[in-house]
Amino acid sequence: MTVGLDPKSIPSNAPEHCPGTESEQAGKSDACAGCDNKDVCASGATKLPDPALPFIKERMSTVKRKILILSGKGGVGKSTFTAQLGWAFAADEDTQTGIMDLDICGPSIPTILGIASEQVHSSSSGWSPVYVQDNMAVMSVGFMLPTSKDAIMWRGPKKNGLISQFLKDVDWGTLDYLLVDTPPGTSDEHLSIVQYLKDSGIDGAVLITTPQEVALQDVRREIDFCRKVGIRILGLVENMSGFVCPSCKGESQIFKPSTGGAKRLAEETGIELLGAVPLDPRIGMSADYGISFLDEYPDSPATTAYLDIIDRIKDILGD
Amino acid sequence: MATQETAVTRRLQNVKHVILVLAGKGGVGKSSVSTQLALNLYNSSSTARVGILDVDLTGPSIPRMFGVDNHGVHQSSSGWVPVYVDGPSARLACMSVGFLLKNKGDSVVWRGPKKNGMIRQFLSDVRWGDLDYLVIDTPPGTSDEHLSLMEHLAGIHSRLSAVIVTTPQAVALMDAMKCLSFTRAVNLPVLGLIENMSGYVCPCCGEISNVFSTGGGVEMARKEELRFLGTLPVDTELVSVLDGGQTDEENSAFPLLERYSKTPSAKLFQEILKAVLDSLVAK
Repeated sequence: MTVGLDPKSIPSNAPEHCPGTESEQAGKSDACAGCDNKDVCASGATKLPDPALPFIKERMSTVKRKILILSGKGGVGKSTFTAQLGWAFAADEDTQTGIMDLDICGPSIPTILGIASEQVHSSSSGWSPVYVQDNMAVMSVGFMLPTSKDAIMWRGPKKNGLISQFLKDVDWGTLDYLLVDTPPGTSDEHLSIVQYLKDSGIDGAVLITTPQEVALQDVRREIDFCRKVGIRILGLVENMSGFVCPSCKGESQIFKPSTGGAKRLAEETGIELLGAVPLDPRIGMSADYGISFLDEYPDSPATTAYLDIIDRIKDILGD
Repeated sequence: MATQETAVTRRLQNVKHVILVLAGKGGVGKSSVSTQLALNLYNSSSTARVGILDVDLTGPSIPRMFGVDNHGVHQSSSGWVPVYVDGPSARLACMSVGFLLKNKGDSVVWRGPKKNGMIRQFLSDVRWGDLDYLVIDTPPGTSDEHLSLMEHLAGIHSRLSAVIVTTPQAVALMDAMKCLSFTRAVNLPVLGLIENMSGYVCPCCGEISNVFSTGGGVEMARKEELRFLGTLPVDTELVSVLDGGQTDEENSAFPLLERYSKTPSAKLFQEILKAVLDSLVAK
């Protein structure tokens, strides 16, 4: 049995074997008979590019580097890493940094950056992002909810609409780096961001994992995804790699690398392992309180690891 | 709600309880809790029949956790045959998109409508048979998969319930709250809340570190008037058992269950199971 892998867009009211509105078969395949969209698809209108694309390209023309933070698995530290990377870039006051949170059902970026109670304002030049500091702009759906308890129960198309708006309607200004934090998986959000940024160019993706095989399996899928859609992988980061007991200083492995961890995966796939960050309970605590771990705990081995990884990313990008 | 007969309700007519494991946030232990819940329900009597369905379509972990990640699904005249993870007694049936992939590194890059179709097939085309419990492991968030599940299971709504898993961190609790809002919006009864990864016992000195903080789950349960089902610590033995893949213990039909029974989590989960069953009766 095979599972067809078809990243083409399919509307929610499509028949079962819809070939995808952008496919050559749109409006012509057997499945299209009786579908309400048959005539539209057959006319070729759906194969035209998304009308938002030129606006996105225009807005993104002043953004120098666009980096995706991906992982496949949830809870491995994508948002935490994104935040640290953002803080590290923005430590240089001449570097303009933006963070875009694509996790629409579970936005953590506002909390981690300590700006959970902020709101987005709109002006003539678009939605103003929330500024953590002068040179660090943030956009997340978390800023648009009445309370943090509210659940966003959206299917794909609505999420895609918001992502398109985040790219074309947000007044990002001139940015040196735009860091895009993504939700787990390889679905609507991931396909949409790749599609929307195709013309502007994505500089690369950083893949985050933890050492155990269940996480690595998901990262393998994410690597497969990146290769399918043609995104350059900057490297792998292994998070929660070993735990140093604050009492006895003994190191133990909470998430045992039963299949060799990220190191083995890096060797197998030829992707660079950018570094391994040990688990420090103060990382999670900093995230909950919205403070910069790198600034608060410069002596932690995790800080050193983060900074080395960030330097390496700059190196790879040639900055 | 009108009980309309659909392919799903026909297929699930002999399933007594359907329990959704939800979390909102990723990586808090939905799949490991689902696995443990299934194992404990299985172990609760010598005749209990349990199914576990993994609807995390783009990141299926269930096959690895049950040590069956190289298995495939077979077709029969009466539908897809699930993978039985307990050997000859065939009381624990497992289904995941992971079984349908050629290579475990293949990505499933699907938008909502295809995910919706797959979920419908999982519910209507798999030969679940008679089950006492069907545990459904969900992906993070409150989106396509969750809405599709509720839609397709509408015909057996009276048999549905949910368990919410969180870690004690603020970021996870926030998503757990969103998840709770979701269950309220779709009128899904919540059996209770489990706080996972609550503390880590250092193997060298026995000191308990609150790696991901502690106590947030109890507090949330109290505030929201949810039943608190229990806490589970970070258990490296459990991680190893569920991450280890297959082993060849020849003298056992179901080696995973044996290895699991020896973990500290297995003992703690017995209390959680009691609370879950209590809630099911009281529902």
